[in-house]
Amino acid sequence: MPDAKQATEQQTINVKLKVKRYDPADSGGKTWWQEYEVDVHPDSTVLDSLIEVREQNDGTLAMRCACRASICGSCGMKVNGSAKLVCKTRVIDVAPNGEQLIIEPMGNQHVVKDLVVSLDTFFSQIKRVEPFLQPDHVPAQGEYIASNSSMENLLTSMNCIMCGCCVSDCTVLEVDANFIGPAALAKAWRFTEDPRDGKRDERLKMLNDEDGGMWDCTRCMKCVDVCPKGVAPMDRIMELREAAIKAGNTNTPGYHHTESFYNSVKKNGRLDETRLAIDSAGWTNLPRLLDLAPIGIAAMRKGKLPPLMPHKSEDNQKVKDLYKSVEDES
Amino acid sequence: MYEHDVLIIGGGLAGLRAAVEVTRAGADVAVISKVHPVRSHSNAAQGGINAPLTDRGDEWEGHAYDTIKGSDFLADQDAVEVMSSEAGEAVLELERMGVIFSRGEDGKLGTRAFGGQKVARTFFVGAITGSAILHVLFEQSLKLGLNVYEEWFVTKLIIEDGACRGVVAIDLKTGEMHTIRAKAVIMAAGGAGRVFEPSTNALICTGDGLSLAYRAGVPLMDMEMIQYHPTTLARTGILMSEAARGEGAYLLNASGERFMEKTAPDYMELASRDVVSRAEQTEIDEGRGIDGNVLLDLRHLGRSYIEAKLGYLQEVSVEFLGIDMAEQPVPVQPGMHYIMGGIKTDVNGATNVPGLYAAGECANVSVHGANRLGANSLLDTVVFGRRSGVHAVEYIKSVRAHSKTEEDLASENARLQALLDRPKGERVATVRDDMARGMTKGIGVFRDQASMEGALENLKNVKSRMGGFSIENKGKVFNTDLMFGLELEFMVDCAEAVVAGALTRKESRGAHFRTDITERDDENWLKHTLMYQDDEAEDGVRVETSDVKITQWEPVKRVY
Repeated sequence: MPDAKQATEQQTINVKLKVKRYDPADSGGKTWWQEYEVDVHPDSTVLDSLIEVREQNDGTLAMRCACRASICGSCGMKVNGSAKLVCKTRVIDVAPNGEQLIIEPMGNQHVVKDLVVSLDTFFSQIKRVEPFLQPDHVPAQGEYIASNSSMENLLTSMNCIMCGCCVSDCTVLEVDANFIGPAALAKAWRFTEDPRDGKRDERLKMLNDEDGGMWDCTRCMKCVDVCPKGVAPMDRIMELREAAIKAGNTNTPGYHHTESFYNSVKKNGRLDETRLAIDSAGWTNLPRLLDLAPIGIAAMRKGKLPPLMPHKSEDNQKVKDLYKSVEDES
Repeated sequence: MYEHDVLIIGGGLAGLRAAVEVTRAGADVAVISKVHPVRSHSNAAQGGINAPLTDRGDEWEGHAYDTIKGSDFLADQDAVEVMSSEAGEAVLELERMGVIFSRGEDGKLGTRAFGGQKVARTFFVGAITGSAILHVLFEQSLKLGLNVYEEWFVTKLIIEDGACRGVVAIDLKTGEMHTIRAKAVIMAAGGAGRVFEPSTNALICTGDGLSLAYRAGVPLMDMEMIQYHPTTLARTGILMSEAARGEGAYLLNASGERFMEKTAPDYMELASRDVVSRAEQTEIDEGRGIDGNVLLDLRHLGRSYIEAKLGYLQEVSVEFLGIDMAEQPVPVQPGMHYIMGGIKTDVNGATNVPGLYAAGECANVSVHGANRLGANSLLDTVVFGRRSGVHAVEYIKSVRAHSKTEEDLASENARLQALLDRPKGERVATVRDDMARGMTKGIGVFRDQASMEGALENLKNVKSRMGGFSIENKGKVFNTDLMFGLELEFMVDCAEAVVAGALTRKESRGAHFRTDITERDDENWLKHTLMYQDDEAEDGVRVETSDVKITQWEPVKRVY
């Protein structure tokens, strides 16, 4: 990476952009790549560069942007394959040696034109979690009494600016459009953790029971990676799961999966994958077990079926010690 | 066919608060906004919202007086009394809707200090207060099932028989133009910061609402009153909240002196914004700055305090300047931030056009006068957003039927098509930059006759080029290129009113500081300037004046 100080002494830097374009009006929808080059101030962001393109180079390029200060959430898009808020992405950080930047619209959302995606997917997910305070009483006068730490705790989620970056790069949404999604679940967490909300149990139950709810996250960490505001949606989802279990929601494949994982490793020191699959489905849940059959058969054909009797580790004491220390802690 | 009882233009705090009120009253309401509501510029308000809460020993008269003194006695005192006396309930209501305001030890709402006030009465959420409130009002809008025309851009107000009866707007996603009929329209479309360059304002703050009302015959009041915020980041113009100084940050010059001691020994860094910005500019102009900046020093607050109370500022400082505020002071300069002037309304948000209301930054009630106190803008939006909703609902009871006219739709379609059909000419951005730089140069922290006349000359030149710019994008879907052209026309209207107001006011008051007439002149200028668009008048503007309403506080010399 060149010396940043040296760069600021230059008048401008040259930015090379390769932008994925889309025009729905052009013979029923046309996608193409277009290359641009602009000279901008060395401290410029990717957004500054794109604005320069739009204003001085190509007025047909469509994108959204407003605040330029990472608070309005308008300018989410993919840079080199990963969703970013481009107003807070400095060129020098992503293209230190003047590399060409690949700019695409966000993923998992319908493209309206060029870098503009439809907001419908994102906000329909948000609406599914009843995203408003539902108190069981309203103070006759004044405010709710709550500790400052309980409010500061919620800042994690209130920092969310609804830019859609997490939804864009969510690997579950790529294959399952019914997933409520990382942003909406982080929003839901904001209410289950709010001491003023009166629907905590109902919310947890809904998020636990619902198809596409909290158990559909595969913990790939992508949302934590790309969130420009430190919301870390996946961490919020894990906290939701813990809260749901503590609130007695133990009727889901998600919970059975967790329980089986826990017991199997505790007992054998290793994961019993066959049992995990059956435990998760439920031993008496015939339709679900039948769903598993084709996967099992396919795995067998490829020689990838886990052994029916689990392997055990020779010395399980270290694993048991680990369990004990974690359990003592909590 | 789109029809509503009340149509609200703008989905920020004022617009959403008005919408909540109209919905509660049982009327049919819709919000129309060129951006999704959560993208609105209310997001950018960082430091907090003022309210005198009586149960903790504060009183509304104290807040009212600080506001009036801050306004350099140009605010209408009856309007300030309304705002201050309704402030407590307005903030408590936001809390009950779900805003996660910071708390004190007792679990009740906690405060921080803010400029121009000796009492700490600013309620806050870290340094993201505007965003935290906006998102909660958006939550409420989802709860109420509010109808929102997202990414629709209003091009004209429909005025029939002297009353406002709806709008003509373009749906950006399809490029189609539509009439939306309404019995009342509430303008809550935000400020006009982009008339200046640089500005802390979002790129969407193009004075659309001010211009739409101005074209409909409503006067724009005190438009010369432009707030320069004392702490904006060099080059980018990004805002660093007054909360930094509220939490104890110092302003230092190149020699490390707290120079505010010279101009505001009592309030120091927490004097009114106009006072602090002038002190900074003086340091910079007299050679005691550092590359056109002074320093904002938070180091003594400590890292954990900075991160807990001012997390967003630290984020911005690190991401945009690479400066860790716990280790290094941040270079800042005065930057255009807010327009005190706006659409003249009464305390109910009503304008001189029946059926047209206004609230928030685009309106001028007037509670900010010649200088707005920090954390009073959010308060203004919720108090007068609510009131305009209440009174619009009252008003529509007297409106029997919707307008039937199609004329405006046809004429707007023709106007926009003509714009698209222009031969290749100048780029919109080129004309806009020339306008905005000229405005900053002429109507700055300090101004005089020559600089203001310079701004006027520059603006005349810009106006002469308005028929010559062209729109490169001829497409229908999401044609922002066309929208930028229309926004430029709005901005030029605002600039015209700003310059006319500035040249009219022959005194120094609040943000309007003339180096050639440095004193306030209550005898002749305890007055509002009212700008009317008028083709017959010189430069297209007719300027009138009206008296300031004084209730209980006689103007005195302002000392901090």
